[in-house]
Amino acid sequence: MDIGLFAQYVMNGLMLGMMYALVAVGFTLFFGVMDIINFSHGDVLMVGAFGGLATYLGLTFLGVENPWVQLAAAFAVATSAMALMGALIGKFLVLPLKKAPPLNTLLITLMLGTVLRETIRLFYPRGANPQRFPSLLPTDAYSFGNFTLRVDNMMLLAAGLLAIIGIHLLINRTKLGLAIRAVAQDEDTAKTMGINFTLIVLVTFAIGSGLAAFAGILHGLYYSEVNFGMGLLLGVIGFSSAIVGGLGNIYGAIIGGFLFAALQTLGVLAMPFASAYKDVFAFGVIILIMAWRPTGLISEKISERV
Amino acid sequence: MSARAWLVPLLPGIVAAAGVTVYVILLLVVESQVGIAALLVAGVIAVLVAARFGAAARVGAVFAERDDILNLLVILAVLTVTGFFYEDHFVLLMVATVIIYVIACLGLNLQFGYSGVLNFAGAAFFGIGCYTAAVLTKNTGVPHLVVLVAGGVMAALIGSFLLLPVLRTHSHYSAVVTIAFGLLFKIFLEVNDTLGGPQGLRVDGMNVLGWEFNDNIEIGENFEASFYVNYIVVGLIVLGFAFAFVRRVERSWIGLNLDAMRLDETAAASFGLNITRWKITAFTLGNFLTGLAGALFAMMLGFIAPTNFTFGDSLILVSIVLLGGIGNPWGLVVATVMLIIVPEKLQAIQEYRFLLFAAMVILILLFRPEGLLPRPLRTYIPGWKPK
Repeated sequence: MDIGLFAQYVMNGLMLGMMYALVAVGFTLFFGVMDIINFSHGDVLMVGAFGGLATYLGLTFLGVENPWVQLAAAFAVATSAMALMGALIGKFLVLPLKKAPPLNTLLITLMLGTVLRETIRLFYPRGANPQRFPSLLPTDAYSFGNFTLRVDNMMLLAAGLLAIIGIHLLINRTKLGLAIRAVAQDEDTAKTMGINFTLIVLVTFAIGSGLAAFAGILHGLYYSEVNFGMGLLLGVIGFSSAIVGGLGNIYGAIIGGFLFAALQTLGVLAMPFASAYKDVFAFGVIILIMAWRPTGLISEKISERV
Repeated sequence: MSARAWLVPLLPGIVAAAGVTVYVILLLVVESQVGIAALLVAGVIAVLVAARFGAAARVGAVFAERDDILNLLVILAVLTVTGFFYEDHFVLLMVATVIIYVIACLGLNLQFGYSGVLNFAGAAFFGIGCYTAAVLTKNTGVPHLVVLVAGGVMAALIGSFLLLPVLRTHSHYSAVVTIAFGLLFKIFLEVNDTLGGPQGLRVDGMNVLGWEFNDNIEIGENFEASFYVNYIVVGLIVLGFAFAFVRRVERSWIGLNLDAMRLDETAAASFGLNITRWKITAFTLGNFLTGLAGALFAMMLGFIAPTNFTFGDSLILVSIVLLGGIGNPWGLVVATVMLIIVPEKLQAIQEYRFLLFAAMVILILLFRPEGLLPRPLRTYIPGWKPK
């Protein structure tokens, strides 16, 4: 195979992996503090992407044409709005069901995802159709044989990596991160040490959802398109990545995200004749992985208390 | 015992059944959107008032005690509605759809309600039944009653590929297995040309012993009934069997085992219950019922496409089970009537139905997690009350 084309595939795989990793980190954070799966996470990402798009359109309408200002505003508005929404989800939907069976939390977040999806589909202007996402980054490109290195893609990749490094530092080097880890390890002990459990849960939901919005905008910039259904697929893939890495483990989630993207890219490479089936292949792999390692490749260390 | 002494205790049940029948007929007759909205509000108020003054509890008690006779009453009620609208295609289509959805949800009820096995791919198993019916009726001469069963068997068979991951995983993990399967199924249908791709497939109408189900029923010269009556009758028969079966399973030691497994798997296993066996039983039986319903649905509709089997549709099936009161087959009937007929009649909300149902389930989970008609305690001896 041509080395240039191969490099193109690797580049594409890296982009995908970075986005999956960002989504997976959110899932893993929620699971860490609350032992729940927030199935609306993918749709929060989608709403975040639409939020960024709406900010851009609003600024254009107001006459602000500088792409850097637009970009910064889109990121700022979308991440903070979704962070707020994440905290609200935690406060009004997840925490009240803390004592209820896990099925109820699972259902309530699934249904919230549906509400978000349908809200965008019905109430965003022509929301049922895919929306064009503006390319706000410089579009210079350098060619090396068959391989085209685009500046905007490099910037997206850098932004994603920065976000991941930022999360790593936040979790490991700050007092807040220490509190999050403490709650994840043992809620009761954390409480006796004077950690405000509710606050930490809400902050964690805000961080995870903000990250999702960030990933949503990156997704929009990369594909130049957003649609109301994109969250469902990204959510399931992100969740599977988190599981592959072992829920509750941030590095596992990041590795899982890149691993999943690698699998998808390999699938396309190995079976170019069946590229229409690539999502079928991806979901089939998820089911197989679950059958093989039911709690992920790096499984949680748990002992079930009866 | 005189007829009077026999009839009087049943009276609340009979009155309730008659009242609900009249109400449903009214709901189906009225065309104006304002009228329907008013009827719905009146219905909600009536139920609330009945609950406030204890009438609902008495009706419930009668239903719990004499469910043999009251089952017949409900069948009579459906036949009354069918008879009333005997030439109205659209209304009868709705009635038949409700019946078929109840069968499908009975399958999900076995999984969610009794055994606690999660299945978020209900629409996919329904779809397997549909596509099986389409392929068999178009390409083979298999008798159509066998096609019905084949739809169920096929759903159970394909479901058995999921058995290993479903058995090995718990709660959220197994939810993802079924969600992934549901998405996979729909994408597969869309890209597979042999199964019609996004355009879908045509399905032949049912034909049993030369009786063409898709011809209107003509008796004499001036009586002609809609052909949907055929499907309602077959649907009712299948539903009757499925309902009786699910109720028997629930009452039997199998149901007891399933309940124990749902409530605490570890404890149940340590009392010697074979968790694997009962999970397989519940998952396979549930998929069978859902697929069976799908096959009947496909033959009735005559046309199927992948857009009928989205993740949203799976969630609607789950909403029905949850809304009705998880584990209570009667609750299913009420919830299905609400979720199928209301959006069809109230065209204003048709477009918003996914949104409204999802919001409704969120509210139910927050404020009344046991559903509209909570599952009653099992009664082994009719009329027995704890002292």
